[in-house]
Amino acid sequence: MTDTGKNTGQTNQAAGDAEPGGGLDARLVVERGGFRLDVALTAAPGDVVALLGPNGAGKTTALRALAGLVPLTDGHLRLDGVELDRTPPESRPVGVVFQDYLLFPHLTALDNVAFGPRCRGTAKAQARAQAAAWLERLGLAEHAATKPRRLSGGQAQRVALARALATHPRLLLLDEPLAALDARTRLEVRAQLRHHLADFEAVAVLVTHDPLDAMVLADHLVVVEDGHVVQEGAPSHIARRPRTDYIAHLVGLNLYRGRAEGHAVRLDDGPAITTTEELTGPVFVAFPPSAVTLHRDRPTGSSARNVWHCEVAGLETHGDQIRADLTGELPLVADLTTLAAAELGLHPGATVWATVKATQTHAYRD
Amino acid sequence: MTAPLKSGAATGPRTGGPWRRRVRSRTRLRGGAPLPLLVPALIGLVFLVLPLLALLVRAPWSSMPELLTSDEVWQALRLSLICATAATAVSMVIGVPLAWLLARVEFPGRGLVRALVTLPLVLPPVVGGVALLMALGRNGVVGQWLDSWFGITLPFTTTGVILAEAFVAMPFLVISVEGTLRAADPRYEEAATTLGASRFTAFRRVTLPLIAPGIAAGAVLAWARALGEFGATITFAGNFPGRTQTMPLAVYLALQSDPQAAVALSLVLLAVSIAVLAGLRDRWMTTS
Repeated sequence: MTDTGKNTGQTNQAAGDAEPGGGLDARLVVERGGFRLDVALTAAPGDVVALLGPNGAGKTTALRALAGLVPLTDGHLRLDGVELDRTPPESRPVGVVFQDYLLFPHLTALDNVAFGPRCRGTAKAQARAQAAAWLERLGLAEHAATKPRRLSGGQAQRVALARALATHPRLLLLDEPLAALDARTRLEVRAQLRHHLADFEAVAVLVTHDPLDAMVLADHLVVVEDGHVVQEGAPSHIARRPRTDYIAHLVGLNLYRGRAEGHAVRLDDGPAITTTEELTGPVFVAFPPSAVTLHRDRPTGSSARNVWHCEVAGLETHGDQIRADLTGELPLVADLTTLAAAELGLHPGATVWATVKATQTHAYRD
Repeated sequence: MTAPLKSGAATGPRTGGPWRRRVRSRTRLRGGAPLPLLVPALIGLVFLVLPLLALLVRAPWSSMPELLTSDEVWQALRLSLICATAATAVSMVIGVPLAWLLARVEFPGRGLVRALVTLPLVLPPVVGGVALLMALGRNGVVGQWLDSWFGITLPFTTTGVILAEAFVAMPFLVISVEGTLRAADPRYEEAATTLGASRFTAFRRVTLPLIAPGIAAGAVLAWARALGEFGATITFAGNFPGRTQTMPLAVYLALQSDPQAAVALSLVLLAVSIAVLAGLRDRWMTTS
């Protein structure tokens, strides 16, 4: 069984080399206890795809299906032109960086990285030499003899990456690669990971619920909600034109859906918003919280056409600013300075007038 | 015997002292034992410890060296150690995979299998011995074929001792290892398979090292149980000095002819038991 596995692995790798235009072509359907995941993924070698979505959306299930740890109910999985649907995980040319890394605690960093090559038939000395090279490449040479429990979070993450890369996978899977790190380490590791992923010549798929991780690390975002793809595209595109409340919230935009008639967009369940774009038909309108100005009294003589009467539902600090959660005519989120919040005497329950300039809004077709 | 309780009650309020201290002494009192519990508890403690103390008190310390260096004792001790170790080895070779099966593979009737595996734990060892005779004895269900086809006879041989001990001791190992396996994160095995390891390689190179402490603890328990095994051994393997007469059998026999020797032998087994307990203390005794 091990032998056939090894052979298949090599064949797959050979096919990948022979056919550089291959990459990933998958439709993952997994049904489990009332939950249905149905996600289509395609990527060319060198692409970094991020599966972004809230907890329970099915991202990790998709990743496990790609790795062969969960069987497909339906769909297909082709990597570099080779069918992998029925291939057991140990025979897939797939490397996985697990969320909490799952480094083998009884092995040193070096032996963790050498584990994959050893299992795929490389002689012990050679496997360890390869592992040492990988550790070197990831800046971990001095930690080769260290056991995982003595590694810092960032170091463990890099060992896990080295371990996954050491088998020369044609598909690299990363499950919440930065979730286990504290904020400071995260920043540094994110930058390093971006660098390593940029070097990776095959397909990388990462799963995250953090939009920043997704946007920094991936060139293509696939947003998954409740087992389905709700939007996909380049990070900048999705950030500018979110299509669901979840994404709008993630990228920090106020998002509304309505019908445009010229410069006015009549919202489905609320007032109209004046925009600079001239469109007709169903559209989305988005504007950032920083575009909102709050006033205690109804502004007169203001050039803003968009004026709404709102009530403060909640306040929280957001970086060095205050983020106000407003309800009323138009539910929206506004950012203002601490000074402005104090001058306005903001408190939950206070009523304010919110204005947004048309030039600060962005309307796009549904 | 109730002195600690009384003094606790008296010093608490009297010392007054810092508030924290008073609170602590009061909670100790409240959490302390009421008499109807304390008295039987102490009786229980005495009941368990007194016989062991009596063994030490009545030990023929002066004649100990010659008693323990006699050929018979040496033979019995050696046989006991060899058989208990062999029985533990047998238990590990077949017991660890059995524990893995019970912990990691879903199959119909798993609960029943687990119950069957646990049965020797509660079965009177003599019954185990009789059952082994029925299975592996000369006229046993399997034994008759072993005898007529291969000329192998198991009862009343050293191998018979090992089998009897393994039968009684293996459940300890299986239960211990299964528990450790259930507590171990199965995702390490998944990680190993994504790196190209077959399920067996994942077990051998990842799971086995991870559960090694559980295997060691189970092996020590099984070994101690095998060392003290009496009922199944005497029933299935008899009591032949040098061949099947282990320490417990020698103790029992000596008690009828030479009680002093029995005490000396018992002390040896007691010493071994204490050594085992000391070896396991980190694992079993720190939870309290």
